[in-house]
Amino acid sequence: MNYGIVSQEQLEQIDKILAEKLIKLGVDCVIIIDMAGNIITAKDNGESKYDVYSFAALAAGNFATVDAMAKLVGEQEFSLLFHKGQESNIHFSKIDDELLLISMFGRDISLGFLRLNVVDVIEKIRKVWERK
Amino acid sequence: MSFINLKDKIVQVKIVYYGPGRCGKTTNLEYINRTYRKQIASEMVSLKTHGDRTLFFDFLPFDMGQIKGYDIKIQLYTVPGQVKYNATRKLVLRGVDGIVFVADAMEKQREKNIRSLNQLHENLQSYKESIFRIPLVMQYNKVDLKEHGIPILPTEVLEKDLNSRLKVPYFEASAITGYNVAATLKKIISASVISIQKKLL
Repeated sequence: MNYGIVSQEQLEQIDKILAEKLIKLGVDCVIIIDMAGNIITAKDNGESKYDVYSFAALAAGNFATVDAMAKLVGEQEFSLLFHKGQESNIHFSKIDDELLLISMFGRDISLGFLRLNVVDVIEKIRKVWERK
Repeated sequence: MSFINLKDKIVQVKIVYYGPGRCGKTTNLEYINRTYRKQIASEMVSLKTHGDRTLFFDFLPFDMGQIKGYDIKIQLYTVPGQVKYNATRKLVLRGVDGIVFVADAMEKQREKNIRSLNQLHENLQSYKESIFRIPLVMQYNKVDLKEHGIPILPTEVLEKDLNSRLKVPYFEASAITGYNVAATLKKIISASVISIQKKLL
């Protein structure tokens, strides 16, 4: 699969989806990465200052590990992951075999509400991606 | 595969340091991290065991400046060298753009180097990559041990063992003192960037 280059237009569309659907909702930071640990795009609320590059490398490793665990218990994949903290939480969701959507959010958003929006966002991003 | 962001004009290049256990992959990154601290915006990430062995990978990102208006972001990774961690090594190799094979020049490590290189060949095949096509640089590490009376393999022997078919650039090096660490890095960066450019043309 050749996903190495994405057009400017596609990235702008994806950024817009992320901003409207997740950042507006109150998510602190959203990153789309590929499974090699590269950042496709990152959006934040202007306040959070995460080291997104290290984050992407660790997240790709994390997800790959979970994928391997899924195979061990006879699952095709675990398509989402959730880490809960005191102040911040991280939600990982697979877009397709190559892409991962990561949302970092605080205490003021409920997980259920976020998940509903993430499903919607993934649907929309897939459509943009297909047009390549 | 590198990811190229046309909107923000960023190219991300993934370089992996590969080699047998205790050959000095992490030491290479630590030296780079110390020496070029000013150019490196983030901290080096190391996932290691209590005994300081690499468990998953080390990660060190840094900016290399611009080429034709594109920001080049280099991302250095190491793999865990211990034999039992091959599944993890494979994961780290996903989407790799360039590889530094760090060989341990100590005489007693001769066989381990060869085994590790063979496994690299197999692991790349599982991603439909070829060791003969991917940018690769050999580093014969620990040459400083000679001064301490520890028997090390002559470069000719290492060349014959590891590089007789690949015929890639090689460096004698000492990751602990920093000798040829930067030279190795420069070589693999330029080889990887050239290879990415070629793919795009």
